[in-house]
Amino acid sequence: MDQSDIAKLANLARLDINETTASEVAESINGILGLVDQLQNANTDGIAPMAHPQDAMQRLRKDEVSEENVREQFQAIAPEAEEGLYLVPKVID
Amino acid sequence: MHQLTIRELARGLRDKSFSSVELTQHYLDRIQKLDPAYNSYITVTADQALAQAKDADARIAQGDDSLLCGVPMAHKDIFCTDGIKTSCGSKMLDNFVPPYNATVVENFNRLGAVSLGKTNMDEFAMGSTNESSFYGAVKNPWDTSRVPGGSSGGSAAAVAALLTPAATATDTGGSIRQPASLCGVTGLKPTYGRVSRWGMIAFASSLDQGGPIARNAEDCAIMMQAMASFDSKDSTSMDHPIEDYSALLDKPLAGLRIGVPKEYFGEGLNPQVAEKIQAAIKQFEAMGATIKDITLPHNSLAVPAYYVIAPAECSANLSRFDGVRYGHRCENPADLMDLYKRSRSEGFGEEVKRRILVGTYALSAGYYDAYYSKAQKVRRLIKQDFMNAFEEVDVIMGPTATSTAYELGSLNKDPVSMYLEDIYTTATNLAGLPGISIPCGFVDGLPVGLQVTANYWREGQLLNLAHQYQQETDHHRQTAPNVA
Repeated sequence: MDQSDIAKLANLARLDINETTASEVAESINGILGLVDQLQNANTDGIAPMAHPQDAMQRLRKDEVSEENVREQFQAIAPEAEEGLYLVPKVID
Repeated sequence: MHQLTIRELARGLRDKSFSSVELTQHYLDRIQKLDPAYNSYITVTADQALAQAKDADARIAQGDDSLLCGVPMAHKDIFCTDGIKTSCGSKMLDNFVPPYNATVVENFNRLGAVSLGKTNMDEFAMGSTNESSFYGAVKNPWDTSRVPGGSSGGSAAAVAALLTPAATATDTGGSIRQPASLCGVTGLKPTYGRVSRWGMIAFASSLDQGGPIARNAEDCAIMMQAMASFDSKDSTSMDHPIEDYSALLDKPLAGLRIGVPKEYFGEGLNPQVAEKIQAAIKQFEAMGATIKDITLPHNSLAVPAYYVIAPAECSANLSRFDGVRYGHRCENPADLMDLYKRSRSEGFGEEVKRRILVGTYALSAGYYDAYYSKAQKVRRLIKQDFMNAFEEVDVIMGPTATSTAYELGSLNKDPVSMYLEDIYTTATNLAGLPGISIPCGFVDGLPVGLQVTANYWREGQLLNLAHQYQQETDHHRQTAPNVA
């Protein structure tokens, strides 16, 4: 992984990695990928991926309203909100 | 008063040796005086604590018999607290005041416990040294030039420095057990699904689990009773009967079958730590247990699998921090992309960004099968190792950490060497099993922790054997210098 790979990855993750630190970040991520590459040596033929320790399934519930509306409380801690809407820089001209 | 255990405090509150207000004030005074040396709290909530204490005194006067009523405790700053800043150790949430309580916090409030404040932690629980906190490193009370471990380093240090009788904590890859080991306190990581994750800020959702840190197993049992609950608000909470943990403490250990995996005593383990662990296992043998050598053949793959799965889940979980709804937002964003990128880059620290990038890579097109899917398959092999072992033994014992507490700044420069220190703890999380760390001696004046892992839902068994061990030994009664 090199600096340009880091730039692509950072864009996917919506992070800014400036050019001066990109090589450092690439180096540390290469170290981690070296560590996790040990997994490739494991024989996992016929083994199903395990998403939950006890193979539990997602619980379902009835499709009905169970919580009260607390939008105002949540928007009170937003960086910028107005009339029930979260404000962001203009997206469409 | 700060030397007393929860059970002793409950008695003192009932026989009027002191009131909850006096007790709470005493702890608040100690925190103010002593915590600058340890930095174990991010936020101290003196006013709320004294108000809770006053309410608790009234409840006790009316005959409330909850052991935690009026007893001070602290919450790791990962649990949302209504009206009280919940930072998760990050600049991203430095301004975040949640409008609700985590279920765990509600459970304690309902019982009348008094919260002294929020404890320091590695940023978003990512770290093994507590040096990644936005609020500065926590210092180990046994030697303030050393780390307390992490990520629940603030909780472990606050208990060790007698700045709270007990604290909540969370464990994704060892974050309760390892700081408990390094600080000489008792810490329990429950079965995945036992403690509600609702309102507990998510790091790796399939691994994260809340649990208690206290001075001994008896107090952990009281804390655990409050923390364990089925919660319909947490889709990963499991509806399994909850044991009476305190009632199980006195069960004799005769017939207990202990497995000792050879993989836990290989290269990398400090030989003096190994000696203490072997001595502790001998002590259990003297108490009636039988010892059997076992093998966990895939243990060496636990750290590699963990450092794919945890970053992958973290990259997904932390995508919610976008500068739009809450948390840090950059100044004067040029456009929406600039808002996302700068808010996240300014809000997250180095280790968090590193893990987001690794996780993004592991989940990206073309790499998913080679990394994430492969790690999930290895995860099943690791679980199978444990299931094979539990056909022959009841519990598995070994060291919690490879050494005693490290010097501040010695480990956080190279992520891979820091990650490898999690070699004994991550497998338990990958398999979703319960584990405990119990103080079992000292090397050069620094505490050593014995790790015990049990089968699913056997928190009671872990607390029982820890309590029995603590009846025969006094490692857990030692206190750090300058805290008495």
